[in-house]
Amino acid sequence: MSEAVVERVAAATPGPPRLEWQVATVVSVQQETPRARTLVLDVPQWPGHRAGQHVDVRLVAEDGYQAQRSYSIASAPAERTVALTVERLDDGEVSPYLCGVLQPADGVEVRGPIGGYFVWEVAQGGPLLLVAGGSGIVPLMAMLRHHARADVSARAAVPVRLLYSARTLDDVIYRAELEKLADPPQVEVVLTLTRDAPPAWSGYRRRVDRAMLEAVSWPSSAAPHVYVCGPTSLVESVATLLVDLGHEASRVRTERFGPTA
Amino acid sequence: MADQPFIARGFHSRRAAAPPGRLPPGQYETRDFPVLSAGPTPRTPLESWDFTIRGADGGQSSVRWSWDELQALPRETPTVDIHCVTKWSKFDTRWEGVSVDTLLDAALTAGVADGAFVLAFCDGGYTTNLPRADVTGGKAWVAFGYDGAPLAPEHGGPARLLVPHLYFWKSAKWVRGLQLLPSDEPGFWEQLGYHDRGDPWREQRYQGDP
Repeated sequence: MSEAVVERVAAATPGPPRLEWQVATVVSVQQETPRARTLVLDVPQWPGHRAGQHVDVRLVAEDGYQAQRSYSIASAPAERTVALTVERLDDGEVSPYLCGVLQPADGVEVRGPIGGYFVWEVAQGGPLLLVAGGSGIVPLMAMLRHHARADVSARAAVPVRLLYSARTLDDVIYRAELEKLADPPQVEVVLTLTRDAPPAWSGYRRRVDRAMLEAVSWPSSAAPHVYVCGPTSLVESVATLLVDLGHEASRVRTERFGPTA
Repeated sequence: MADQPFIARGFHSRRAAAPPGRLPPGQYETRDFPVLSAGPTPRTPLESWDFTIRGADGGQSSVRWSWDELQALPRETPTVDIHCVTKWSKFDTRWEGVSVDTLLDAALTAGVADGAFVLAFCDGGYTTNLPRADVTGGKAWVAFGYDGAPLAPEHGGPARLLVPHLYFWKSAKWVRGLQLLPSDEPGFWEQLGYHDRGDPWREQRYQGDP
């Protein structure tokens, strides 16, 4: 095929539509932990999303300076608003703004949804194993909320377990909601606290390791769908351990957050 | 909205300005080296590792290098800025590897069928597509050293593609070869909404970006 023909074909086939920047309105904010805050956004032209996807946020200053970051969506696809949960990094410039300055009725530019691999839908079936470290819980929460909204039979067909590693109990994002999901058990929720635990704490108090994964996970023969999200050290070690335990690498999907300061 | 940027009330830069001309739009400088990948880190022993260039004749023609053969080729040590689509950029990263020119020249000399595009393929099943012109002319390497040490597995070791003038997902980790193609075929992220070319200076992040 000559280049001229290639060009004509390319010109005749319209590409996919651009993901446009839109000004979303902050409907409400909720402090989840001392460091994490949820922004509930009304996005006028929201095309819908799948659980696990993220959005880009853009901040433009008066002098034209702009900053962009990506944040995972915490809300279920069926919800009318889009919730982002942002962890504040003190030396950052976007997260302190989103966690501190931005207030209800303010506008904020977003575009999305983005990402089509680290996604889960009830129709994919289960079992579903979610492993979170720190604010890596956010995209997994969208999956849990999606699961919770499915009809009873679809929900019953997909057993879900969440293993969530946090520094302290106060750092556990969505704690009340997770407790509700676990009692009566729609989801098995296992917390491990790596830095400090209350005196009466009877759960795990160490980093996720092989023994913990063996105890919490289904065996590889059950072929669970696995989603792991957190800091690189946790994701690297958990994904490697799961493959060592016999899980197929293609069933272990990972998302790592670098510094989104 | 596109003409008139929306000003974020009360937002000010809290970062020192990057040197002019070094930071593409929407990027910020980091001193860390974040890790991003879609699945577990594959670990292929060097004894069974190889690098293959397959021809645009559907791979009927091909050339293969073992790890030792690749190591014996002339090396280069590029120092480059890298730009990840997740918004971070890192300046002056130091790599060691073999220029893709060296590999492609050898392949074409050996009769491998040429093509206008390449699809890089990797351990773990990852792929990414690039115009041939983006991996030739001293712009791309198969890198196995980073900052004076062997490239760490989480950063793509034993070897990754290095195409620093495009967003870093094009610099495929755990690369095992290049498939020459007569026309462009989207790779892993490109099928999931990311841009086919990925030029950070034109901010080609997602499908549909100009």
